[in-house]
Amino acid sequence: MKKLFLTSSAIAGLAFSAAGATAEEIKLGVLLGFTGPVESLIPPIAEAAEIAMREASDSGMLLGGSTVKSVRGDSTCGDSAAAVAATERMVTADGVQAIMGAACSGATIAALTNIAVPNGIVMISPASTSPALSTTEDDGLFFRTAPSDARQGQVMAEILMEEGINEVAVSYNNNDYGKGLSDSFQSAFEAAGGTVTINAAHEDGKADYSAEVSALASAGGQRLVIIGYIDQGGSGILRGALDSGAFDTFHFPDGMIGDMLEDNFGDEINGSTGQHPASDSEGNEMFVEMVGDTFDASSPYTGQAYDAAALILLAMQAAGSSDSGDFKSSVMDVANAPGEKIFPGEIAKALEILGNGGEVDYVGATAVELIGPGESAGSYAQTEVRDGEVTTVRYR
Amino acid sequence: MSVMDLLNALTAFANFVLIPATAYGAQLALGALGVTLVYGVLRFSNVAHGDTMAFGTMVTILLTWALQESGVTLGSLPTALLALPAGIVVTAALVLGTDRLVYRFYRARRVRPVVFVIVSVGVMFVMNGLVRFIIGPGDQRFADGERFIVSAREFRDWSGLREGLALKTSQAITVVTAILVVVLLFWFLKRTRMGKSMRAYSDNEDLALLSGIDPNRVVAVTWIILAALATVAGVLYGLDKSFKPFTYFQLLLPIFASAIVGGLGSPPGAIAGGFLIAFSEVTVTYAWKKVLVYLLPDPLEPTALVQLLSTDYKFAVSFLILTAVLLIRPTGIFAGRAE
Repeated sequence: MKKLFLTSSAIAGLAFSAAGATAEEIKLGVLLGFTGPVESLIPPIAEAAEIAMREASDSGMLLGGSTVKSVRGDSTCGDSAAAVAATERMVTADGVQAIMGAACSGATIAALTNIAVPNGIVMISPASTSPALSTTEDDGLFFRTAPSDARQGQVMAEILMEEGINEVAVSYNNNDYGKGLSDSFQSAFEAAGGTVTINAAHEDGKADYSAEVSALASAGGQRLVIIGYIDQGGSGILRGALDSGAFDTFHFPDGMIGDMLEDNFGDEINGSTGQHPASDSEGNEMFVEMVGDTFDASSPYTGQAYDAAALILLAMQAAGSSDSGDFKSSVMDVANAPGEKIFPGEIAKALEILGNGGEVDYVGATAVELIGPGESAGSYAQTEVRDGEVTTVRYR
Repeated sequence: MSVMDLLNALTAFANFVLIPATAYGAQLALGALGVTLVYGVLRFSNVAHGDTMAFGTMVTILLTWALQESGVTLGSLPTALLALPAGIVVTAALVLGTDRLVYRFYRARRVRPVVFVIVSVGVMFVMNGLVRFIIGPGDQRFADGERFIVSAREFRDWSGLREGLALKTSQAITVVTAILVVVLLFWFLKRTRMGKSMRAYSDNEDLALLSGIDPNRVVAVTWIILAALATVAGVLYGLDKSFKPFTYFQLLLPIFASAIVGGLGSPPGAIAGGFLIAFSEVTVTYAWKKVLVYLLPDPLEPTALVQLLSTDYKFAVSFLILTAVLLIRPTGIFAGRAE
């Protein structure tokens, strides 16, 4: 009797799995710097990506009812070896089909060239902005919903020029991100007629920044541009420059915008300016509304992360396969026109259209438009610190 | 060149070189004293020193927060100073426990110093994890009270000069405390019976044992002093800059450089080494433009930065000095015990 029962339940089980022949558990890697220089920015980015995954799972329409599971991995930010190890574990041990990440450019380059490309895994980064990634050999596997810093440098130069600032000192983080952005900013700023009095590097996690601050102070300028990380050396330089009275106002690109900036400096940096990738598109409002109180949707790169995860899942649906080799060529198709426009919260609708053989033009939270080698064209929020709070002035 | 120009030049130099380098030098000196003491008495390079500093600071921060919560403050001075003694006690308990559990085992076997160094690497990793486990890897703020004795803006308004001069409370406290601690330590080592036993034990262990010195007491007292030095150095550094476990780990490099330049095992050497490293980092890479613009007549004013080396090389400078000292005087400036 018992034996019969077991056999029949086994047959029932077989029948059940046969019914959803293509349904599977798709594993998506969320590769981000959970520890290290940008650790305070990361939690909302990871959650944003996971919202998109839940949306697709709950819809029941992804590849015949497949579900998506997030596999988090810590790429750190400055440690390429750690990034490679985390990615390798994700790909070989956890068996992820694609990766949303990484955040810091150095980590992304390391993970992409050492693991993703050799294993043929699609990577979509929400936050890596180094110009070097535009030309990295990627076999068509790499995309980013963040724009290249070649563009951010221009925007930065425009903002400062419009503010009437034509002489600045620059302190940049000595890594792929800092060097790339400071170079692109300096050439754009000088082309617009501005002067960069000094363009000096700083290292993360050092004991003392007096030497850097005194060199910046000696060079002078109307404003100090700090291209670094708020969790790291960027804070050290800012603290030193404020305490010694070397500079009163600053300009902060994306890496410096974070909760810590308001918490630790607040009113001391009133009048400072900055910018980070974000858009005021219809999609952004819908994204903020959808997120509600789950996390701070205005935190940098959250919209990009949601979009990156959504693009991976839509591309899988369009190609009818969760295999990176099959769907890598579909990413550009779902991201750009022609097709029905897809906003945040409409992943189910998009999956349905694609499932029926239709076409979509994913707009998402950040008005995604992938250009050139598969990167965002880029729109930025211009910020100003008022009464100790980072407020968005306008979008450009 | 007018008197005003001269004053401006001096102020700029003091604000950007003299004051920060002195405070940093005092921080390094306190750290190096701890390293040198362990080297002198226990005969090994304690790699866990940076993380001992982080642990002591963490305990002090937690107590400071508790005090701040209950409304106890020190007025214009940071509350952390009130929590410091308790922080030292807890840290002393930790290092004594570590000695009992780990180092004593190897001491009884009379292992070679290099084994001790490797053992202390293990201790470093454990402490490293402990601190991150309790307080997390992020930046912690615990400074309160008056931030500045003189702020740059106040000084400018008061003096009418173009250059500002900032003196932070934390910088003044750092230098004053460093002087107090050094005086106390020297008095202890030179004048008290225990201090003399420690020096005797350090000079010749066997002879010291023969003359009836209790080695366990010497070792215990050394660890307690180390805990005090590490906690004081860590808290002062945290008040002046910020507390972050990773930065404390990184501090190990300049601290060891200071101790080695001064001569491992020599307390005066540790102090000299600390200031030498701090000043070399700041002055060699200093851009003289600001000072020279005031000092030179208009036609000679520099437009370039007048910087000997870019700040990228500041660590290269301290290690160059380290190498030079080791080549010329392998035992360090103050002839420590390193061979």
